[in-house]
Amino acid sequence: MKILIVEDEADLQDVIRQSLEIEQYVVESAGDYTSALDKIIGFEYDCILLDIMLPGGNGLELLSELKALGKSDNVIIISAKDSLDDKLAGLNLGADDYLTKPFHIAELTARVKSVLRRKSFLGNNTMILGNLKLDIDERTLTVNGDSLALNRKEFDILTYMLVNKNRLVTRTALAEHVWGDHMEDADDYEFIYSQIKNLRKKLKDQGADVEVQAVYGIGYKLIQL
Amino acid sequence: MSLLNYTLKYLAFALFGIINVWAVIFYVNMLDEVYDSLDDGLDNFKMLIIEKASQDSTILFRNEFAEGNYEIREVAESYAKKIKDVHKDTLMYMPYENDLEPVRLLTTAFKKNDRYYELKIISSMVEEDDLIEDLFYALIWLYIALIGSILIINNFLLRKVWKPFYSMLEQLKDFRLGVNNPVGSVKTEVKEFKVLNDSLISLTRHTTDTFNSQKQFIENASHEIQTPIAISINRLELLAEKGALTEPDMETVGRVIQTLERLTRLNKSLLLLSKIENRQFEQGELVSLNMIIKELVLEFRDFADYKEVQMNVEESGELSYYMQKDLAVVLLSNLLRNAIIHNKEGGTVKIAVDRHFFNITNTGSAQPLDGERIFKRFEKSSSDKNNTGLGLAIVKAITDMYAVTITYHYDGAHTMTVSFKT
Repeated sequence: MKILIVEDEADLQDVIRQSLEIEQYVVESAGDYTSALDKIIGFEYDCILLDIMLPGGNGLELLSELKALGKSDNVIIISAKDSLDDKLAGLNLGADDYLTKPFHIAELTARVKSVLRRKSFLGNNTMILGNLKLDIDERTLTVNGDSLALNRKEFDILTYMLVNKNRLVTRTALAEHVWGDHMEDADDYEFIYSQIKNLRKKLKDQGADVEVQAVYGIGYKLIQL
Repeated sequence: MSLLNYTLKYLAFALFGIINVWAVIFYVNMLDEVYDSLDDGLDNFKMLIIEKASQDSTILFRNEFAEGNYEIREVAESYAKKIKDVHKDTLMYMPYENDLEPVRLLTTAFKKNDRYYELKIISSMVEEDDLIEDLFYALIWLYIALIGSILIINNFLLRKVWKPFYSMLEQLKDFRLGVNNPVGSVKTEVKEFKVLNDSLISLTRHTTDTFNSQKQFIENASHEIQTPIAISINRLELLAEKGALTEPDMETVGRVIQTLERLTRLNKSLLLLSKIENRQFEQGELVSLNMIIKELVLEFRDFADYKEVQMNVEESGELSYYMQKDLAVVLLSNLLRNAIIHNKEGGTVKIAVDRHFFNITNTGSAQPLDGERIFKRFEKSSSDKNNTGLGLAIVKAITDMYAVTITYHYDGAHTMTVSFKT
């Protein structure tokens, strides 16, 4: 899988690249409008992470160029602007998703994977890890072929953890993803713990060979036993 | 007092004075002229009579006015010598008026055939009181006519001449920073209005520009801050992921991430607050607050359960209001979050919705809060480190924007009442 990062901030570019390389993606980057346009014209990418404010031009114009070239690369806009207008404009121009800075690495990974999944396995939205099989559309989980009932929150947590398997997921990233933006400010997100505890118990009782581990003081990690 | 009435008030006083002074002068002058003309007539008459007397001596014996207007009496020489021509006012009985009327009397003497005669000639006079009365009425009418025509002309002028002024006034009245355009140019021939218009245009344009650049600055500053925070958080996440850290180190990294997340929230809240206060939100739609409350209560359930707080919704009416949906959600979620956070174990949050208001009542500390201070920015109790201190300031900004009132009161439990004018 080849991913292009279009971001003028070298530091952020570097962080995103490091994070995506852990997931075994081939990552290229462009720091301004012209070099981004060159790369878009010359190569095919599975996913493009696109910043809107770029030296030399607007990221949204790149989207139009992409469309004009007849390319169907997946695009995720990453912008500091949390404005509805920009979001709508971007999505109308054919972007697949919109991510507001600052974001958590886990969230970025999840968005990229979701976009790639939609492209690669049209309709087949299942994730398999060990003896776990999770169907995202049907919202069902089977462990060793036996179905395991999860409530809405537990299912969302597990999906998010599966997408970010073997990666660190911070409590905040998890809370924002599963409980939504309104939960920000809400104390220390300690309340997540009870949901995790229930999920762990269900998985263990069913004999799943994955485990949600606590990363001390920061968050959680899903690993295959 | 409008411009029209204001000028009219002064004009009315001024005109009253001017007309009065003018009336006195006019009266004196006119009377003087009348006397002059009468006396000239009498003098002329005297000459005619004396001339006639030299041809017809019978008139020398007319010693009564009777139907004529002169009388002649023979007098002694010494007496006649003393007589000079004297014009004077006197009263004489007039049978027609059945009253004494003023007349002008000329007393003179002449010599004829060595005999001396005294001649008295009268002429009927202006009746002064009638004259004054006539003049008075004429002046009253003049005054009314003047004021009336000034009123009409002024009114017309105001509409016509002051039109650019009122047009500018209207534009200025409607002018809201960040909402509509600066005052536009107004067509006028009047120099002062042109200057006023130019000044207004440059003033409002300058204000709008300053406002916009200020707005842009706050927005850009907030956005520029987001990127370094993003980089810091992500780098720390990557560092923690490597697994090369000891547990205490991990905890430190976790703390730093939390602090950075707080900074993010603070930054976002400031941006939101400045956006609300700068009226940068688009027009809204009819939003059902009942729906939003129910959705939010569902979202907050896990959090409330963790805090061991019971949430109840009582709906006694459908509350809908025309507002931005995102802001309605922010308003309600901030209030709900506060009600859950500042609660006690086993406490309750009661949300009552009626047609014109909603109440959020929560148990919590036994101390009433200061109803004024809680809505101020960065006003917070020192104990909660995760609170940005902007939650209620944002709530207040939203309610102010939509002319909705929010009040706090304490009667054993803390209640926030938000009343809508529907």
